[in-house]
Amino acid sequence: MTQKQKKNLLRILATSVLMIALAFVPVQGTVRFLLYLVPYLLIGYDILIKAGKGIRNLRAFDESLLMAIATVGAMVLAVYEEHTGGEGDYVEAIAVMLFYQIGEWFQSYAVGRSRKNISELMDIRPDYANVEGEGGMEQVDPDEVEVGTTIIVQPGEKIPIDGIVLEGVSTLNTSALTGESLPRDVGKGDEVISGCINLNGLLKIRTTKEFEESTASKILDLVENASSRKSKSEDFIARFARVYTPAVVFAAIALALFPPLVQRFVMGGAPEWGTWVYRALTFLVISCPCALVISIPLSFFAGLGGASKSGILIKGSNYLETLSQVGTVVMDKTGTLTKGVFDVTAVHPETIDSTELLHLTAHVERYSTHPIAASLRAAYPNEADDCRVEQVEEIAGHGIRAMVNGKTVCVGNEKMMEAIGAKWHSCYHVGTTIHVAIDGTYVGHVIISDVVKPHAKEAITAMHQAGVGKAVMLTGDSGRVAEKVAEELGLDDCFSELLPADKVERVEEILADPGHHGKVAFVGDGINDAPVLARADIGIAMGAMGSDAAIEAADVVLMDDDPLKISKAIRISRKCLRIVHENIYFAIGIKFLCLILGAVGIANMWLAIFADVGVMILAILNAMRALFVEKL
Amino acid sequence: MKKTYKIEVDCANCANEMEAAAKKTEGVKEAVVNFMTLKMKVEFEDGADPKEVMERVRENCKKVEDDCEIYL
Repeated sequence: MTQKQKKNLLRILATSVLMIALAFVPVQGTVRFLLYLVPYLLIGYDILIKAGKGIRNLRAFDESLLMAIATVGAMVLAVYEEHTGGEGDYVEAIAVMLFYQIGEWFQSYAVGRSRKNISELMDIRPDYANVEGEGGMEQVDPDEVEVGTTIIVQPGEKIPIDGIVLEGVSTLNTSALTGESLPRDVGKGDEVISGCINLNGLLKIRTTKEFEESTASKILDLVENASSRKSKSEDFIARFARVYTPAVVFAAIALALFPPLVQRFVMGGAPEWGTWVYRALTFLVISCPCALVISIPLSFFAGLGGASKSGILIKGSNYLETLSQVGTVVMDKTGTLTKGVFDVTAVHPETIDSTELLHLTAHVERYSTHPIAASLRAAYPNEADDCRVEQVEEIAGHGIRAMVNGKTVCVGNEKMMEAIGAKWHSCYHVGTTIHVAIDGTYVGHVIISDVVKPHAKEAITAMHQAGVGKAVMLTGDSGRVAEKVAEELGLDDCFSELLPADKVERVEEILADPGHHGKVAFVGDGINDAPVLARADIGIAMGAMGSDAAIEAADVVLMDDDPLKISKAIRISRKCLRIVHENIYFAIGIKFLCLILGAVGIANMWLAIFADVGVMILAILNAMRALFVEKL
Repeated sequence: MKKTYKIEVDCANCANEMEAAAKKTEGVKEAVVNFMTLKMKVEFEDGADPKEVMERVRENCKKVEDDCEIYL
């Protein structure tokens, strides 16, 4: 609680006590009025002063002014009644002020709390960096650390700046960045990014970026600016508030003037000024749009906060809104649905056993830098044994030939097998086939293919469950590979053999198709699909941890590369927008209901202020729900 | 040129009004008030002196919302 909140809470309590006490004090007339004036001024003085300043600055429909007019009006009416013989109701004006202040207090408290909660969630900002100095370790402001400095990160500390590990091995907790609790092991030569927490070992890191350019700073900057990009709902509320308040004020003036005049001159009865002025004042109390104005940005803020806690960065409330309307998800294959690295998926030996086949293949590929060679070596981890590997020769477009333990081993494609006259045959497996021949005799083949991510199928199912009508895959890969993946994952459509430019065209075609479902999202790994990310209604980049390009190009950034996060992001946005709409309808609905009840005299000022403060509190509590997204 | 300032304001509507007031101030090209993070981002017109402009922005904001504050 801030100082101001504490003070206001005291005022609220003191006024309540005074009001109850005064009910038992048997006084009449002016003394009674003066006694009641004490709690009224105690609870309302700041509002009255603010209203006065508002008038001086020619600011019409200010909230404080409305409250001031309504309560002063109620006081005057009470005095008037007292003078005409009845008993004036001073309590009403005080109660209205009191409830208004309670509402304000609650609002300030709730917003303060959620502000704190959410900033704690996103607390990845490192406060200091340890630099190796002359007298040992020295703590400095990370802003002052230059590129290339050696910094030390002790167990339990946050890595302040992106860099490369020089010394030490440790496990990093990346959950603040990815929402993923799986720790990551790092050692000498590994790249590490800021915002991760060092769990056990001491690390010496050479920085590769400035603090401002480091991952943690960039992400924070992005998240902090996210709620500045206003959504349509927020704009609507801002416009609504601008029109609504003056409209209600004019309606109140009309309500105070016309019915009495009509009663007096047209119908020839008593004007009943008191009744109508009272109803007009009730109108003014209802007129303040706080519930709406506060709960909508709060809902978005909570939604954005909840999403970033799950490792989903959404760059603005407007994107959160678009995301909730997504009906078509277009995905890149490599890096999004598949791992984008090649793995040995099948070994088919003819005459020798499969370990021996892999063993030979790995030997031949020992010195090659081709990605396929790397995956073949990875499939046989103990490659560096005492076998003799000599005369390694790479034949471009064919493969590699080498002498292994005195035998000529050829590892390559169909063309190579044709060239050496080995009798090869094709494989039913989809992927790249690597044939192997020993001394010109075919001994079998190894299949290498891109592996589908473990959650890819689940991710597509979850997307369909989240209300995505169409899941489409785009790929530069061959038709056969694409179809197999599409079928395996349960995709609705797929387009293959596309160049990066073709992908933009496909997305444009989908956008132009009048039958497409909702908004179109494109999901890619952000490396070469920036134009597509920009062209779609909403661009989602995944596996973006440490990739600046992806963070720049996309509207939504998934920090890890789990495709399940796509449907989660959609669910979070849907929940948030559902809450926003609930609050809009609920708040506006109750307001209009109260306005009508107030106009016909059913609702008095008590009910009006209850409705106002009650709706606001409920709307704020509802907005806070947007923060809870773990189970989505 | 763009600059970000910390602000203090109690209600969301007041924040909207501060934003509108800041936008109208001479020398301000664009202003965004973020109520949730309590920050005001101001883009100045070319050649405007941020210090001087911000004094005016603060003055204008005080007119619409008395108990707001901009930390310059």
